[in-house]
Amino acid sequence: MKRKIRVLIAKPGLDGHDRGAKIVARALRDAGMEVVYTGLHQTAEMIVKTAVQEDVDVIGLSLLSGAHMTLFMDVTRLLKGKDMEDVLVVGGGVIPEEDIPALKKAGIAGVFGPGTRIEDIVEFIRKNVKR
Amino acid sequence: MYEKKELNKIRDKRVDWEENCYSNMAKEYPERKIKFENLSATKIKNVYTPEDIAHLDYIKDMGFPGGYPFLRGVYSTMYRGRLWTMRQFAGFGSAEETNQRYKYLLEHGETGLSVAFDYPTLYGYDTDHPLARGEFGKCGVAISSLQDMEILFSEIPIDKVTTSMTINGPAAIVWGFYIANAENRGIGKNTIGGTIQNDILKEYIAQKSFIFPPEPSMRLIVDTFEYGFKQVPRWNTISISGYHIREAGSTAVQELAFTLGDGLEYVKSAMERGLLIDEFAPRLSFFFNAHSDFFEEIAKYRAARRIWAKELKKLGAKKDRSLIMRFHTQTAGCSLTAQQPEINIVRVTMQALAAVLGGTQSLHTNSMDEALALPSEKAARIALRTQQIIAEESGVTDTIDPLGGSYYIEWLTDKIEEETYKYFEKVERFGGVISAIEKGFFQREIAESAYKYQKEIDEKERTIVGVNQYKMDEELSVPILEMDEKGEHRQINRLKKLRKDRNQSKFDRNLKRLKKAAEGVENLMPYILDCVHSYATLGETCDVLREVFGEYKEPAIY
Amino acid sequence: MNDIASRVLKGDPQSVARLITLAENNSPEAIGAMKDIHLHTGDAHVIGITGVMGSGKSTLICELTREYRKQGLEVGIIAIDPTSPFSGGALLGDRIRMMEFATDNGVFIRSMGTRGMLGGLTTAVYDVVEILDAAGMDIVMVETVGVGQAEVDVIKIADTTIVVLVPGLGDSIQMIKAGVMEIADIYVVNKADRSGVEQTLAEVESLVDIACTNRDRKTPVLTTISKESKGVVELIDEIDKHKKYLKKSKMFEVQRRKRYEAELVEIIRKRLMNFIFDESKFKGKIESLIDQISNKELDPYTAADEILGKILR
Repeated sequence: MKRKIRVLIAKPGLDGHDRGAKIVARALRDAGMEVVYTGLHQTAEMIVKTAVQEDVDVIGLSLLSGAHMTLFMDVTRLLKGKDMEDVLVVGGGVIPEEDIPALKKAGIAGVFGPGTRIEDIVEFIRKNVKR
Repeated sequence: MYEKKELNKIRDKRVDWEENCYSNMAKEYPERKIKFENLSATKIKNVYTPEDIAHLDYIKDMGFPGGYPFLRGVYSTMYRGRLWTMRQFAGFGSAEETNQRYKYLLEHGETGLSVAFDYPTLYGYDTDHPLARGEFGKCGVAISSLQDMEILFSEIPIDKVTTSMTINGPAAIVWGFYIANAENRGIGKNTIGGTIQNDILKEYIAQKSFIFPPEPSMRLIVDTFEYGFKQVPRWNTISISGYHIREAGSTAVQELAFTLGDGLEYVKSAMERGLLIDEFAPRLSFFFNAHSDFFEEIAKYRAARRIWAKELKKLGAKKDRSLIMRFHTQTAGCSLTAQQPEINIVRVTMQALAAVLGGTQSLHTNSMDEALALPSEKAARIALRTQQIIAEESGVTDTIDPLGGSYYIEWLTDKIEEETYKYFEKVERFGGVISAIEKGFFQREIAESAYKYQKEIDEKERTIVGVNQYKMDEELSVPILEMDEKGEHRQINRLKKLRKDRNQSKFDRNLKRLKKAAEGVENLMPYILDCVHSYATLGETCDVLREVFGEYKEPAIY
Repeated sequence: MNDIASRVLKGDPQSVARLITLAENNSPEAIGAMKDIHLHTGDAHVIGITGVMGSGKSTLICELTREYRKQGLEVGIIAIDPTSPFSGGALLGDRIRMMEFATDNGVFIRSMGTRGMLGGLTTAVYDVVEILDAAGMDIVMVETVGVGQAEVDVIKIADTTIVVLVPGLGDSIQMIKAGVMEIADIYVVNKADRSGVEQTLAEVESLVDIACTNRDRKTPVLTTISKESKGVVELIDEIDKHKKYLKKSKMFEVQRRKRYEAELVEIIRKRLMNFIFDESKFKGKIESLIDQISNKELDPYTAADEILGKILR
């Protein structure tokens, strides 16, 4: 049997713009994945602990407040501490081009800005999921 | 609006045209699309004629600008007298930096200020709260106390310039900062003007910056209504907002219906408190989105005015000032693309023009780089210049409601009104606005529309230039705004010092009194102002209210 | 002992989570570990919570969890949402309401899709209950959504089954029709601040009267307002009472036997089905049989005999 991809869609930080997170969650469901959604205002600790319990293959972080440099990196740092580096982490939101190299270096494998086709996110996950 | 005989003639002629001209030509040159639909999925006909507006009674359904039902405009002179207020939403980093930006914008001809607060402020947390981590000054300016407000408006003539503040959950407290700052500068409460957004219902529905549950939130809002018309008469104590509902992915019709529904809910709450409708209704204002479907947007604003006037009349309002819907407009942030950012200037121009043709009272035009980062100074200036061109070069401001009477516009205005009333009925079946929020009705409707819109773009049924058509490889060369990295540190130190230096016993006493009042039924504004004056911070004051009111948790809706 | 099993017995959350995934995916690795942990299970009290959408189950579970945590008990929560029959994907959103426990080490929450089992409980739920039990959870709550097979199945796993109703919804009548009402050990009328609560209470109580005439225990009907934490302590009391009743009346063993019976049947069914449908040697055979049935060359019973004949000799 083909293993189902499990994804955690999380909204770190304080912004309440969940339009993108919800669209991506639904699209991943429609692509046959199991999607756990955390809701708003999650700390990095909450996200990582949820990822552990749900044993997800992918974490999708959505943030539109501009706090991505701090909060996305909090998540990848905690994952390293938990020996969960094999979880694919992707991020989306209003993210300036110049921030992307640093985010990738910190372990955010894919960064998706406004205007991304959902299909591209689905494909990226299918191609890059590590387990 | 037409003689029956005349209409029959028109109909015959149209049928003939359909059968002999249009369909013949369409055989040779087929229609470009399988279906012509606007963003609200309304089918658009090939041509509109007097038949489509024959049912309208000019005097009753359209009237004249400044008169019932205010379809054609809320003031009789409209832009021939005074242009709309050019009000650019701005705020980032520390109070010092934003103060500089305001001065810059005013120097370049902006006529009103509009404050964007950062997320911790919007949620009623001080900058040094753990949940504020990484958020300082990112999406707006951080204001944690009266002291920050003093810095934000230093050297700005707040007795002359009006200020709009996008703040909801903690609106009463932040408004308190503004009032207290004016008082300390010797400016009377009755001379300051501006708006607080203060619209919690759309937070539950779309924007999600809420703090307290609906009931105490509604109480705080009615408190500001009451305090406002008695003490700060030039202030709009609410800006009932569809903007965020639209940004969350709704259609134009949903934006209008949900916003007007929220508005009526506030009116009813205030009336239940015993406030007189003609006292508070003149201070209600609205805030709409200007999206990309040009005519639909214009029709939306026109329908909004007519429905509001009708509904307020039904609720017993007598004064014209109570019946008129004054609104602010912002061009659609969600329509901006990160790809080929310069072309956003064109989008913004079209959207702004729709707002002006729709009769807005004030306008914010987005900067081209907003899908990438906070607007740079240059991008913000171009956005302002866009408004100035529409106002002073284009000539569209020379006559009032220039599209009034267009068969298409009047038909579409009617159609939007009809669809809006259908939504009112649905919400009624859910047991009213708050009950529908708790059951996730609005959230589900919006999520559904957002998903459909995205699918249409992905499947190229809807063209977004630069995104799914006319793409190009490009080097992104938009200059990004640099923020003062020491701002956060400075702010935290300032907070620490403030907490140490203030008169502790006065502070304690005022917070205790606020708590007691919150447990009762009194108007909380005077108590909040006392706390503000004793330099209680935003977080401290909100914590008192959180303790009494509890915190709202959203229902889980996809 | 299997490595992952020993770590599960120590309560290591990462291993618990991983073993659940293996079990969900019918991985052969899971079987060894499941064998090892069985000896260490049976102590957790399993509570099934079912009711229509919007009845406030998740909020109620939060309230119960908060109370159990106050008593120092560790809580496992299994939240089940329907898998889309079209895409095979699922949106697992129950966790949103439970995020307050996201940093509490004494609470383990796992979201599951119903996956292949049309409308019913995913077969892996039995495994997940055993895993959480083995990991030292004192309470395991299983939450299911909607009205259907899953609700009836929940009784087989749970020691105590709670059916949650809300006032004024026609759905409660529907639940009665669906036979779901009969499975409850405790009824909860939640959102009892709403109008129509008296009527719903009366309806449920009259049903209980009919159903319990010849029984030694009358099913209690409680009211709660979970968003105000009202009635939660009383509910926990009733759960404790039910647990004591089960132990005293020997019903506990009967109940557990039912669970193991269902689990055994499920494992056999699953392995048999996998054997038949996942093995490539049968694939072509089945396809050609379906063709023959479609062409009326064969009837479905004879076709089944052809397959089963090879196994059941």
